[in-house]
Amino acid sequence: MSTATATTTTTTIANGKITPLYILSALVEDKPGVLFRVTNLFRARNFNIESITVGSTEQADLSRMTITTKSDEKTLDQLVKQLKKLIDVVEVKVLDTGNTVYRELALIKMRAGDPTTRMEITNFASIFRANILDIGKETIIVELTGTPDKIDAFKNLVDHYGITQLARTGVSALPRGVEV
Amino acid sequence: MVEMTGAKALICALEKEGVDVVFGLPGGANLPIYDALVDASALRHILVRHEQSAAHMADGYARIKRKAGVCFATSGPGATNLVTGIATAYSDSSPIVAVTGQVQSSMIGKDAFQETDIIGVANPCTKYAFQPRTASEIPETVKKSFYIAESGRPGPVLIDIPKDVQQESADMTFPELIKVRGYNPVVDADLSQIGKAEQILLKAERPIIMAGGGVILSGAFSELQALSELLMIPVVTTFKGKGAFPENHPLAMGPIGMHGHAEANKIILEADCIVAVGARFSDRSVGRFDEFGKGMNIIHMDVDPAEIGKNKSVDVAVIGDVRSSLRTLIKMLPKKIVRNDTDTPWMKRRKELIDYYAEALKDYSRELTAKKALKKLREILPANAITTTEVGQCQMWTSLHFDVISPGTFFSSTGLGTMGFGFPASIGAKAARPVVPVVDIAGDGSFNMTENSLAVSVLDNLPVIVFLMNNYMLGMVAQWQRTFYNRRYMGVHQHNCPDYTKIAEAYGAQGIKVQSLEELEKAIKSALKTEVATVIDIPIDPEEDVYPFVAPGTGLKDMVTGA
Ligand SMILES: Cc1ncc(C[n+]2csc(CCOP(=O)(O)OP(=O)(O)O)c2C)c(N)n1
Repeated sequence: MSTATATTTTTTIANGKITPLYILSALVEDKPGVLFRVTNLFRARNFNIESITVGSTEQADLSRMTITTKSDEKTLDQLVKQLKKLIDVVEVKVLDTGNTVYRELALIKMRAGDPTTRMEITNFASIFRANILDIGKETIIVELTGTPDKIDAFKNLVDHYGITQLARTGVSALPRGVEV
Repeated sequence: MVEMTGAKALICALEKEGVDVVFGLPGGANLPIYDALVDASALRHILVRHEQSAAHMADGYARIKRKAGVCFATSGPGATNLVTGIATAYSDSSPIVAVTGQVQSSMIGKDAFQETDIIGVANPCTKYAFQPRTASEIPETVKKSFYIAESGRPGPVLIDIPKDVQQESADMTFPELIKVRGYNPVVDADLSQIGKAEQILLKAERPIIMAGGGVILSGAFSELQALSELLMIPVVTTFKGKGAFPENHPLAMGPIGMHGHAEANKIILEADCIVAVGARFSDRSVGRFDEFGKGMNIIHMDVDPAEIGKNKSVDVAVIGDVRSSLRTLIKMLPKKIVRNDTDTPWMKRRKELIDYYAEALKDYSRELTAKKALKKLREILPANAITTTEVGQCQMWTSLHFDVISPGTFFSSTGLGTMGFGFPASIGAKAARPVVPVVDIAGDGSFNMTENSLAVSVLDNLPVIVFLMNNYMLGMVAQWQRTFYNRRYMGVHQHNCPDYTKIAEAYGAQGIKVQSLEELEKAIKSALKTEVATVIDIPIDPEEDVYPFVAPGTGLKDMVTGA
């Protein structure tokens, strides 16, 4: 019965328990109220969600939701079943992270008043294949795409410069190969 | 294609679904629907006195008819008044289709007069909620609503129709068949899982069936009985499953749970295999999830995949309509079943427990107790009579002392525990099956909440019997205050108010106050004979407790059998 067959790359350890990060991909009807129904379900049943993204797909009337969650297998199983139970949810898959491409985009604004800081940040950005989107007198905005881990790593690296604003999109994902 | 207004299309679509009665109350935002009702001679409208009761009536109708019941309300307060009834139906998986009027499309979101976001309010307690934006969507919306409400695990569906959409004319097509992508309510049960279940059952020495409301919803009465009899398996039920199995059957053990039968709570602890059929392992039924069923093989049959593993991890999961799963399982069993002796240790233990508790739980000494009153009611009522209850001690005494003989003739607000449910729901049940007597076993506090439905019962000629166990107390709350708060009573006394015979008479119903079992017998017989609703006011000692009791947060093993 278990739907929790995916392998995961990211894990966090809280209270001595390992909670893996799962990526779920759901095809949902593209109509008003669907996002509300999904998020309301998470709230009502106490499911803990790391990120959720919604956008259009190759099919005009379907949207794809990508949901990441750190849960144990039992909770994941319930989450998938409860999602499937929603009438507007057409399909739910737990992605095998080993066989999935998944990316998140982050925009990070940092203090970079002096030239040395700007240099350093620009260097880090190129190592991380990030783009500098904007340089002002006081600040710099970096655009970074990658796995949540990579974004975390970059964030840690530049944290001490003073991040003034940060926007992350949450994860989008597709399985590799022909299978949808 | 025919041209008509959205309101007319709604009525036509309901008629095409075979709806013969709607319960409702009009207002500004559903006037076009009411206007269309004027010409709908085949559709009976029953005017309620409060929209909550309309939803309960539709629910009671649905539980007996095993088809969706329909209720109407206007926007804003009309719609929010329905919510308790919708949530009650949701909690007990009962199919209703609620149709609310909404303010004009152009006014939605403008905080218009009597505007409520009822879709948002109702979302957590409906299977689905529609808001058609054009009149031409209405026929398909109605079709989908009934399909969703009645199929799979049933439940309430809301249709919220803006007033301009009701008024708008359009060419209508009424679909015969519809598909809802993303909704696959019934899957065929996995044969290998049924095979596993069979193997476990054949090996079990102390098997027990735990029958839930799913048995009643799928009408799996004869299948359940066949399985029990073929393998000599004692049957306990959940409270929602009460009446899934004839309670006078030699293998019946009665409901388990917080106020379950002592022998039922006891025997399930001693089993080595539990077959849960259409049950959801609710806390009220099983006590602590971690303790329940420990070390036993649990087979879980249910139509809703999300119930599998929600509260309890199980060994075998059979997902599908429980009636067809049971049929398949029975067919799989070896042709010659050996288990027909009552002499096995398990059967002896069963008998021993029943005898022990019959002796240990001797009756309270007064002449007229809840137990004696309910036994009297059972004695006089025909087996096919429908009974329902309010909530509180009255409900739990019914669970304990009133045997349901004919399967599917009992229901109650078991999941939400809604006071005020029973009376309007009994009227709905009467509308669904007018030829049998219908009784609401009530507490005075609960009856207060919806007693104005007496007007409906009298004027719409739907006579039911209110069996009022009157302690002039919010009795169950008082019992908890006695038990857990050292008798510090607060907010439980009704101070002999009101006079229920006068209440009944004021509405043109019959009110009878009884003082003895003899008078009670006469009153029940009179109520069965008369053409109007009858309220039988039965005095119950306000200190009378319900026992046995499994306190919240404890396990079935912690059951206490008396004060
Ligand atoms: C609508 C609602 N409000 C409050 C409660 C909490 N409650 C549970 S039982 C009960 C007392 C019921 O009193 P009554 O109907 O007189 O029945 P009794 O317990 O006396 O038999 C109350 C207040 C409830 N179940 N439903």
